[in-house]
Amino acid sequence: MAAWNEAQGNEIIQRHVGREGALLPLLHDIQEGFGHVPSEAVPAIAHALNLTRAEVHGVVTFYHDFRDRPAGRHVLKLCRAEACQSMHSEALAQQVLSHFGVDWGGTTPDGRITIEATYCLGLCASGPAAMLDGQPMGRLTPESIPEIAREVGR
Amino acid sequence: MTTRIFVPRDAAARAVGADKVAAAIAETARQQGLAVELVRTGSRGLFWLETLVEVEIDGRRIGFGPVAAADVASLFAKGLPTAAHPLCVGAPEEIPFLKRQTRITFARCGIVDPLSLADWRAHGGGRGLERARKLGPAATIEEVTKSGLRGRGGAGFPTGIKWKTVADAAADRKYIVCNADEGDSGTFADRMLLEGDPFALIEGMAIAGFAVGARKGYVYVRSEYPDAIRVFGEAVRIAEREGVLGAKAGFDIELRVGAGAYVCGEETSLLESLEGKRGQVRAKPPLPAHKGLFGKPTVINNLVSLATVPAVLADGGDAYAALGMGRSRGTMPIQVAGNVRHGGLFEAAFGLTLGEIVEGIGGGTRSGRPVRAVQVGGPLGAYFPRSLFDTPFDYEAFAARDGLIGHGGVVVFDDTVDMARQARFALEFCSIESCGKCTPCRIGSVRGTETMDRIIRGERVEANLALVEDLCQTLKFGSLCALGGFTPYPVMSAIRHFPEDFRPRLQAAAE
Repeated sequence: MAAWNEAQGNEIIQRHVGREGALLPLLHDIQEGFGHVPSEAVPAIAHALNLTRAEVHGVVTFYHDFRDRPAGRHVLKLCRAEACQSMHSEALAQQVLSHFGVDWGGTTPDGRITIEATYCLGLCASGPAAMLDGQPMGRLTPESIPEIAREVGR
Repeated sequence: MTTRIFVPRDAAARAVGADKVAAAIAETARQQGLAVELVRTGSRGLFWLETLVEVEIDGRRIGFGPVAAADVASLFAKGLPTAAHPLCVGAPEEIPFLKRQTRITFARCGIVDPLSLADWRAHGGGRGLERARKLGPAATIEEVTKSGLRGRGGAGFPTGIKWKTVADAAADRKYIVCNADEGDSGTFADRMLLEGDPFALIEGMAIAGFAVGARKGYVYVRSEYPDAIRVFGEAVRIAEREGVLGAKAGFDIELRVGAGAYVCGEETSLLESLEGKRGQVRAKPPLPAHKGLFGKPTVINNLVSLATVPAVLADGGDAYAALGMGRSRGTMPIQVAGNVRHGGLFEAAFGLTLGEIVEGIGGGTRSGRPVRAVQVGGPLGAYFPRSLFDTPFDYEAFAARDGLIGHGGVVVFDDTVDMARQARFALEFCSIESCGKCTPCRIGSVRGTETMDRIIRGERVEANLALVEDLCQTLKFGSLCALGGFTPYPVMSAIRHFPEDFRPRLQAAAE
């Protein structure tokens, strides 16, 4: 996972050719395959869908989900929206960031974890909320930080 | 005899350890040789009681909550759990939070196995579609119009009129689009339904397709909801396999996943996104009902609106319209969230006051401190002070007080909240999520955030507040969609109702 591989990339692209409004599902699959949307994917997608490279680039960069480089081995999304704010999520988030020594969007130097902001996980009566590798977490406290650290390994 | 034990699989239950509880129950039952069938349901929506475990005894369910994995040993200390256990909450439907509700849209949620068509049918599923087919398309639309159902995404447009417009449009293809891009903080109704009763949405969309003559539907779910995506995707496959969807049924549904753009909850931006483009807002007209997805007539409805339609058809539009107040008919799933003791989903007829919702149902704050502010309707909704707690939950009543009910989210804050920071956040959020198409939203939100920073630092507070107010007027009247157009609601309500949070900075600056 990571570096662009033409055969694998084209296989993913071909699955979506001919589909109505194919670009978003296609990009999701590319990102699942490579961990990000490699720059080499853009001209290949543009060619297959009969779009310009600018159009594909515009879509990739519009959506917060698509990465231009791979994330760490684990991804922690911390909710920063109002319902979690009311449960003092910002103070907790600062503790989490400083524990791992990263800023929003950052990855630890050992590639262990990437921490990202998210605006609502729909866990608004169970805040502060987060998602670790797609697993929902609620009612976080400072005691949750060592648990997260254990979960993602030393 | 096998005893059925119900453990939610809802993300909010999993977030507090429901999977571990389920695993511990399965393991304990195996060790004790108990004949137990574990059923994973959606959530009842009483999130302070999660994980809420229900045990069926003599055909009736008894609840236990909140259960942690560590509690399972004591629950099963003497065989199956009994009402004598300290975590027993009795029959769930007798818990006041549930007993006071009128569950129509969420009637099955938390009760049935979300992926069992047999369960769905046993609890009334399919009756709406059956009746629609008997009535025919025109009478089906008439029934929806009669019910008074309005858009539950927040705009409140009458669903029946939208459907009629699409039905009357001549085209070779038409589409049904479900907006499940539930980005508002404080809301989780779409998520709960996708995870707890996905067939309700499938039935609602099939009815819509039948009524307007569309054979294809899209459900656009945000990527922040991986559990909902998994459950709904599975539900669509089951429905196809069993002929509820597909060629024989005359209707297909495709699940599409968003990519982390709040603005895609705006209907025209959602359509752009479905077409594979940047999620930029379209100018209206043309309305989506005339030129929507791929330029074809399109019904685009909020998930809750569509999932309510089966009940409207099954029991008749008049029965639904008998509930509610003024022009807000039927029920609304109110989502009580934030710093609140009893948070969760409360479906009730329109008309409860905000105070009843926050104090009576929510039970005040989780922190135990006094309630100071309540944001209703998501990040674009106004902040209400206690002095406006007599406002009834109703589209028009909230609009009359410079607010909105939006998608029904109610976020409670205690007295530690700093309203100047909340006003700043509203503008910052707008700048993060702006699609960039119109200038007031794209640039105004950035300048507004900077100006709020100056106010927070105590720089020329009065002049800068006047500037923010002026900017809000520009946003309100000059933006293409509700993102820029409604950002002034939280900002101006914070300034108007909580001037003391801006004033200390005024005084500090004067000294």
